[in-house]
Amino acid sequence: MPILEPLDYAFFRNGLVAATLAGALCGLLGVYIVLRGMSYIGHGLSHSVFGGAVVSYFIDWNFYIGAGLWGFLSAVLINATARGRRIGADAAIGIITTSSFAFGVALISRGRSFTRNFEAALFGNILGVTVTDLWVIGAVTAAVTAFVFFAYKQLLFLTFDPDVAPVYGVPAGWLDTGFALALAATIVASMQIVGVTLIAATIVIPPVTSRLLTDSFGRMLVWSAVLGAITGFMGMYLSYHLNVASGASIVLLGAAGFVAAYAYSSLRRRRMAGGAAGPAPRTATADLFD
Amino acid sequence: MGSLSDAPTPAVSISGLTCGYDVRPVLQDVTLSIAAGQFVGLVGPSGAGKTTLLRVLLGMVPRVSGAVHVLGTPVRHGPPAGIAYVPQLETVDWNFPVTVEEVVLMGRAMKTWPWPWPSQADRTHLHRILGRLGINNLARRHIRDLSGGQQQRVFLARALISEPRILLLDEPTSGVDVKTRDEVLHLLSDINGDGVTVVLTTHELNAVAAHLPQVVCINGGVVAHGDPDDVFTPDVLSRTYGADMQVVRQDGLLLVADIAPHRLRERLRHSHEHQHAATEPWHAHVHAHAVPAVTGSAPDGEP
Ligand SMILES: Nc1ncnc2c1ncn2[C@@H]1O[C@H](COP(=O)(O)OP(=O)(O)OP(=O)(O)O)[C@@H](O)[C@H]1O
Ligand SMILES: [Mg+2]
Repeated sequence: MPILEPLDYAFFRNGLVAATLAGALCGLLGVYIVLRGMSYIGHGLSHSVFGGAVVSYFIDWNFYIGAGLWGFLSAVLINATARGRRIGADAAIGIITTSSFAFGVALISRGRSFTRNFEAALFGNILGVTVTDLWVIGAVTAAVTAFVFFAYKQLLFLTFDPDVAPVYGVPAGWLDTGFALALAATIVASMQIVGVTLIAATIVIPPVTSRLLTDSFGRMLVWSAVLGAITGFMGMYLSYHLNVASGASIVLLGAAGFVAAYAYSSLRRRRMAGGAAGPAPRTATADLFD
Repeated sequence: MGSLSDAPTPAVSISGLTCGYDVRPVLQDVTLSIAAGQFVGLVGPSGAGKTTLLRVLLGMVPRVSGAVHVLGTPVRHGPPAGIAYVPQLETVDWNFPVTVEEVVLMGRAMKTWPWPWPSQADRTHLHRILGRLGINNLARRHIRDLSGGQQQRVFLARALISEPRILLLDEPTSGVDVKTRDEVLHLLSDINGDGVTVVLTTHELNAVAAHLPQVVCINGGVVAHGDPDDVFTPDVLSRTYGADMQVVRQDGLLLVADIAPHRLRERLRHSHEHQHAATEPWHAHVHAHAVPAVTGSAPDGEP
């Protein structure tokens, strides 16, 4: 059975589990990121975390602790800069993360020890997923899911209406910090799998695709996590059978899913608009692209 | 309507307030008291600080000096209990994927119910409020698939579901048609009838402010406060708006007219001698609440 064949290899099984979890995780948090208009943050933070990874290598810290701390601090810094309103979120992300990335590159070029570890961080190395990596991503998935689950109502309010939510008692500061922590953890845990360069796509594609399919926040959240998991899982298989890098196959598959959802929602809109009289039903396609 | 009566704790009491977002003060030396159960309109030109005054009551303005009390407790950082806020609809992200019920239930986001789905109590409140505002059949709709009046009700419902004692609304009647505006005002007066203090901002002097029991004229500070019959005088209005205004009274009706549009029309006529003098738009803002012979308009904010 060609479908089951790769499962004979432990490295593939590990990679499959890791890619599925990372896909779900990025899809879940991506919803909040996309809706806040901070799509660029995944891209930025992963670059920033790369700087942290290099630093923790040089001072001989554990990768997860060093990179995670670094990512968390960058996320908090970005949030604070962006909330100040003087500088837009995109610019804040651009400044903080590129300088962090450049710092990592500078360290590497001085030390001239561009090891396999860094290559994995940049491009993803699904075949090198260890059991420790699996535990880490499993724990992060559980923690982030719990956070999103129990802070669901407050996070929704804060994302929809960051100005008004505090009026109703929503603790914006704590939630922002919790979210920054969740995001940093997600990126650090997923980086080994999809790589710095492609992580932004796994954060943005599933939410945007699911937005095309529903108008309800709750459903968008579930859809996005499920789509992320499916593309992670299937992307791994594609990578094995087509012999392409797993990060690339996961992202390309996600993009194909987006195109299909886009075509479906445009078709549906056209059919409904052409049919009955009355106001033309509006679908999310119009929202995102007009 | 003396707000200075020895009534119990006022809903809002502000004294010696100066506030702003950066070094430049937006409001200066404001002293204002609003009795519990009042229905007050804040009026003033764009940039006068109406929204800022509402935000002061919510503890959302960064630089504040002076004393601000809401329901007897001082407002420091963060919002006081018992207050609800309906933002200007223009600030809402209409593309956000939320349905009417999702938005309304946000008003109960901090109730002690840890699960993402609404509790039985949430549902009961939701249906009571939606029913009261006449939007029960819209619960599953996306917020963009609604009329302006329905959208206003959704955000009103989100405020009411938190069972506030003070309701603040930022321009609840801007951008809706005349019928919807009157419906919204009737709803608000019903809510006020239940004992909720209502404070709203508006640009519509004739259609809205003149019908309220109390108005506060604002322009970088409080210019006047009281019954519109007493407050809307040419003197107060010109100090508020920095423009000449006329006040016409007839049969107990009050109409504020801005004479600037006439001057503008004169100028436009001169400079477009050879073109068609399309003057009709200058009449468009007149609200049919008073003497039809009077032309001109209140400085309504709508474009
Ligand atoms: N978040 C902010 N940061 C800095 N300045 C602000 C902010 N919000 C308002 N301002 C300034 O404060 C002043 C008063 O603004 P405010 O929004 O209170 O006026 P307003 O009376 O509500 O006007 P409008 O009728 O146009 O709504 C304006 O000069 C505005 O530029
Ligand atoms: Mg305003």
